[in-house]
Order: sequence, then structure tokens, then C-alpha cells
Amino acid sequence: MSAPDPSPGSPLGALIARDIRLALRQGADSMMVIVFFVLVVVLFPLGVGPEPAILGRIAAGVIWVAALLAAMLSMDRLFQTDHEDGSLELLVLSPLPLELQFLAKATAHWLTTGLPLIIVAPLLGLLLNMAPAGYPVMLLALALGTPSLSLIGGVGAALSLGARRSGVLLSLLVLPLFIPVLIFGVSAVDAGLTGSAAKAQLLILGGLLLGAVALAPWAAAAALRQAAE
Amino acid sequence: MHRFANPTRFLKLISALQPWAMGISVLCLATGLYFALIVSPADYQQSETVRIMYVHVPASWMAMFCYSALAGASAAGLIWRHLTAFVVARATAPIGAAFTFLALATGSLWGKPMWGTWWVWDARLTSVLILLFLYLGFIALEGAFDDRSRGMRAAAILAIVGAVNVPIIKYSVDWWNTLHQPASVVKLDGPAIQSSMLTPLLLMAVGYTAFYFWVMFVRVRAEFNDARIQALRLRHSQA
Repeated sequence: MSAPDPSPGSPLGALIARDIRLALRQGADSMMVIVFFVLVVVLFPLGVGPEPAILGRIAAGVIWVAALLAAMLSMDRLFQTDHEDGSLELLVLSPLPLELQFLAKATAHWLTTGLPLIIVAPLLGLLLNMAPAGYPVMLLALALGTPSLSLIGGVGAALSLGARRSGVLLSLLVLPLFIPVLIFGVSAVDAGLTGSAAKAQLLILGGLLLGAVALAPWAAAAALRQAAE
Repeated sequence: MHRFANPTRFLKLISALQPWAMGISVLCLATGLYFALIVSPADYQQSETVRIMYVHVPASWMAMFCYSALAGASAAGLIWRHLTAFVVARATAPIGAAFTFLALATGSLWGKPMWGTWWVWDARLTSVLILLFLYLGFIALEGAFDDRSRGMRAAAILAIVGAVNVPIIKYSVDWWNTLHQPASVVKLDGPAIQSSMLTPLLLMAVGYTAFYFWVMFVRVRAEFNDARIQALRLRHSQA
């Protein structure tokens, strides 16, 4: 057995800092996800028509679907570069449990994609003529929902690591698993818009997040071990 | 169970069971269809369309049964590294996907006259649709790697992750206020369905289950034979 780590928190922090630094240095990636998010949302008024009432009605759904797609799009770079340059093998061999490492990487992914999405979302609500009552609930729902997306998507990214055409495959794996988050995220905003309490939906979103935090690391770590074999 | 991890022993077992599965399946499906389409009465509300039930309900049961088998075999393959379990999982996936599709299609055909619509986004229908995507994801992931065993193990993890959906499907009609009716056969206080309708339904269910085992056995044997042929070819090319 190796000597106990004097500061058990530090390797996790280092891993998160490393991933954030990588994402920021390759800045374009993180920016691109936001631009994609905005573009998808902007397509809807052009496709559905600029009727303010209709746009206000579908705003929550459009923003959530765009957030789902943006999260999925950014997913493949979670492990891809590590897999290509061999650092994944080092991570697997390191004494830090792979499950915790996955949590660190998912946290970094959320900080570089989920958080910017939440910051941009109110602006898009404005573009889609969303009623003011919806904003606080939408932000709260996104704050609870997008970390689940990072965690669930991370499992898909780990599973499809090294596959042929992994991008398309990833969408087939991950989007069905995103559906519960989408359903409760949108219905929370709808409840907020109609003035009824969104507590139940927000609690379910929180429950989904807790479940994902507890279970996703096991599945992702098992998948990563196989990818590194 | 570990006795049958040995491919030779497993092959011997399923070769012995296959004619039985075939016989039970053909017999039950034939008598079940006879009772379902001719003997059983028409419903006092739904009239003749109630007969869709005899195809639809067992197909839905099988969709969940096959997924449970898929997840169970995947877990067994990952935990004990039994190749046979993976072969069973691979053989099960397309059959389960077909049952799921059948359940969705017949449900849609039944929904049009009863609910007035082909499709509603209620919890039961949505969760079964997700089940179909999980099957398709399993099949796609399994075939997406150059290294076959890597693909199989990745797909096995996906099957286990997706197993959370099975209880959601089962209880979706109780948890949410759905257009789809709640369970009426598998209940604690006995089935709420008349025996003239229950008999053909159960016959069909047994027939479907036997059909699954029959096709699964055929597919497993085909895969083992395929592996044998590949090995022979390899030996020939090296000689």
C-alpha cells in the first residue's frame, strides 16, 4: 500500500484545473458550443415563424432542446484527446479512483459548457419572448439539469471511446438517456410560467442529479477501464 | 449457472431445448390465435378491436422480458467474463427490439380507434420508445468497434445503465396520469380480466416467450458456428 495522501483533495482539484485550463487554452471549443447553442435557438423563430405568442409558448422547450444538443456536441472531447495522447492510460493507472476522476472531469466539463449555457439562456429567453415569470425557474432548472447532462453524457462518451463514427453513435446512446431531464426541465419552466409551484419538478431534477452523481461514475469508470485496456 | 458457461455444454443444452421451444411456440401461438380471433368474445365497449390486445400485450411483456434478459446476460458477461453470456446478449438484442417495435406499432393501431390518435406523448408510450432506442443503441455500440470484444463490453455497460428504464416502464401507468390503462393482468388481487379473454392472452404470452427462446437458440448456435468457420478459415489460410 502506498502512503496516505497528505492532502486528498488536491489531486481532484488539480485534475479539474487541468481540464479547465485545457478547455480555455483551446478556447474555441468552449466558445463554439455557446455559438452552437445560440444558433440552434435562433433557427426556431425562423422556422416556426416570428409570432410572439407561439415563440413565448415554446421558448422553454426550445432552450432545453438546444442545451441538450450543445451538451451532447461537446461531449466527445471529454475523453477523446486524453485517449489519443495516452494520458488516459496514466489516469487509469494513477492511485486516485477512476470514479472520482470521472467526477472531476464531468465537473470541469460542466464549468466550461454547462455554466456558460446557463449564463446565455436568459438572453435567448428574451429573443424568444418568454414571460418574465419563467426566468428564475428556468435558471434554477438549468442549474440542476445541466450537471446531470454532463454526467450522463460522460458515460456515453466513455462507452463510445475509440468507436467508428463515435459522434453519431454518441447521440444515439446519450439522447434517449437525456429525455427525463428534458421532460422535467421543461415542465418546471411551464409550471413557473402558469404561476403554479414548480417545486415538484425541481425536486425531481435534483433527484435525477443525485442519482447521476451516485451511479454515472461507476458506469463511466468501467467503460474507461475497458477503453484503456 | 456456471456449468453452462462452457460453450460446448451450453450448445448441447440449447440444441436439446430448441425443438421443445419451437414446438411449444408453434402450438401455443396457433391455439392462442384461434381462441383470440375466433372463440373469445368481442368487448362490449371496444367490440372487435379488443383482439389487438392479444398481439399487443404479450409483445410489450416480451419487450421488457428481453431487456431484462439482455441486461442480466450483460451483467453476467461483465462480472464472470463468460463469453457465452455475451453471445446470449447479442442474440437477444434484435429480438427484443423487434418485440418493442411490434408493441409500439400494434399499440398505435389500437390507439387510433380507441383514443382517436396514433400516438400520444404519455409516460408509458414515451418510456417504451426510449426502450426501443436503448435496444438500437446497444446494437449500434456493439458493432461500432474494430475489436469485437471491446464493443460487446461497452454495449453490456450500456445495457446495465439502461436497465433503470425497465421499472419506469412498469410503473409509468401508476406514477403518472396516463392515457394508457394501468395493469389489469399482473395484480396483487388477481387479474381483473374475464377468463374467456385471459386464456388466449396467456396462451399467446407463453407462445411469445417460447418463440423468443427458439429464435435466441438459433441465433446463438449460428454465432458459435460462425466463430467455428472463422477459426477454420484462419487455420486454412495459415496452412
